[in-house]
Amino acid sequence: MATESNLKIELGKQGVFVTTINELYNWGRRSSVWPMQFGLACCAIEMIATTMARYDLARFGAEVFRPSPRQADLMIISGTITKKMAPQVVRLYNQMAEPKYVIAMGACAISGGPFKQGYNVLKGIDRYIPVDVHIPGCPPRPEALIHAFMTLQAKIDAQPLTGDDRPRHLDAEAQSLFPIPVQGAHDLEPPVNRLVWPLPAPGNSTEDCG
Amino acid sequence: MKTVEEILAAIQNALPGASVDLVTNPSPSAQHSLLVAPRDAVAVASFLRDDATLALDYCSNATGVDWPGKEVSEKVKVTRLVDGVETIVEETVKQVEPGYLEAVYHLYSVKHSRDGVALPVVIRMRTGNRADQVELPSLTPVWRSCEFQEREIFDLYGIVFTGHPDLRRILMWDGFEDFPMRRDYVDPDDYEYEPTPHDEVLKRAEEHKTALAAGEVTA
Repeated sequence: MATESNLKIELGKQGVFVTTINELYNWGRRSSVWPMQFGLACCAIEMIATTMARYDLARFGAEVFRPSPRQADLMIISGTITKKMAPQVVRLYNQMAEPKYVIAMGACAISGGPFKQGYNVLKGIDRYIPVDVHIPGCPPRPEALIHAFMTLQAKIDAQPLTGDDRPRHLDAEAQSLFPIPVQGAHDLEPPVNRLVWPLPAPGNSTEDCG
Repeated sequence: MKTVEEILAAIQNALPGASVDLVTNPSPSAQHSLLVAPRDAVAVASFLRDDATLALDYCSNATGVDWPGKEVSEKVKVTRLVDGVETIVEETVKQVEPGYLEAVYHLYSVKHSRDGVALPVVIRMRTGNRADQVELPSLTPVWRSCEFQEREIFDLYGIVFTGHPDLRRILMWDGFEDFPMRRDYVDPDDYEYEPTPHDEVLKRAEEHKTALAAGEVTA
């Protein structure tokens, strides 16, 4: 790849623009990631601040927050996911068209945060849907959300269009819908989707850091 | 504004048959409250709201308290025949004091807000027990602001308010069966991943690990 990029630079000096379909395609995709317009808790205030003039997320191609999951590419889980809300969040994710990405924003979205031991808060949305970028913080500052967004753009940029690492929308076999948990008599059923949340390896949970 | 004792006297004067007791608070705040029998509660509440000098027209807060049953051991001297001789033996008798659920209302007067002393007026109601006699009369017909808060008490403590216009769960979902704010509530065993366990969480995580090793749970 190094020689190719050198070749491209040399050709560029001669006024010849060379690219690949892969680069062009991903450049278009990463430059127009439209987030879905919904907020769950106080992190949503920081998310709104990120989109306003001072932080201006529009510079990164995310200028439109779409109020419909059908038109959105990115789900920003901005806040606490209560067990009452979790089925709706998963349902909204399922309603989004591929390619779709998820940023889990803040301590609550990634782990349950200060409410982790509560009876009504999900211990992280990554128990039910695949998350691309996690941001710690309570709440994370707008800069952190921008960093997460740039991290996501780098991830999109690096996705090859063929092979095993290709994005889900180019893989007919890939799973795009995820089971919506049911509100049971005592807890959500199932409490976790093992396919997206294989952690932990059995038995090491208390030994590692205990 | 009157003190709680004066309010109690006013209630007894206006409603002679009503069963109302004073619950003293020995702490420095000395925020005493009135324990109202459920059968008289709506009458007492209406009086507190409608009386011209009290005019407690605003219920700012309604909440619940769970008082679980506790075991009380008492030492009793009993006469017993030991080897044919009557001797006095000390025996420990254990008794279980039944628990109950309590609803607590904080009342203010917007009309007399400028004279404000001895506020809020706190009234309490207690259920018969924690299992099958958990009904209390709803005070929503008296103070409309109780509606959501009584639903929350019903949701989290399991007190059933008779006469409530729309008694449903409000924070948890409809199919939920537990009452999470009760002292004996045990939350679901999802302690399989605790990166920084300590105290109670460490205990639960270790219990989960033991159960996992024994094959009692699968996750």
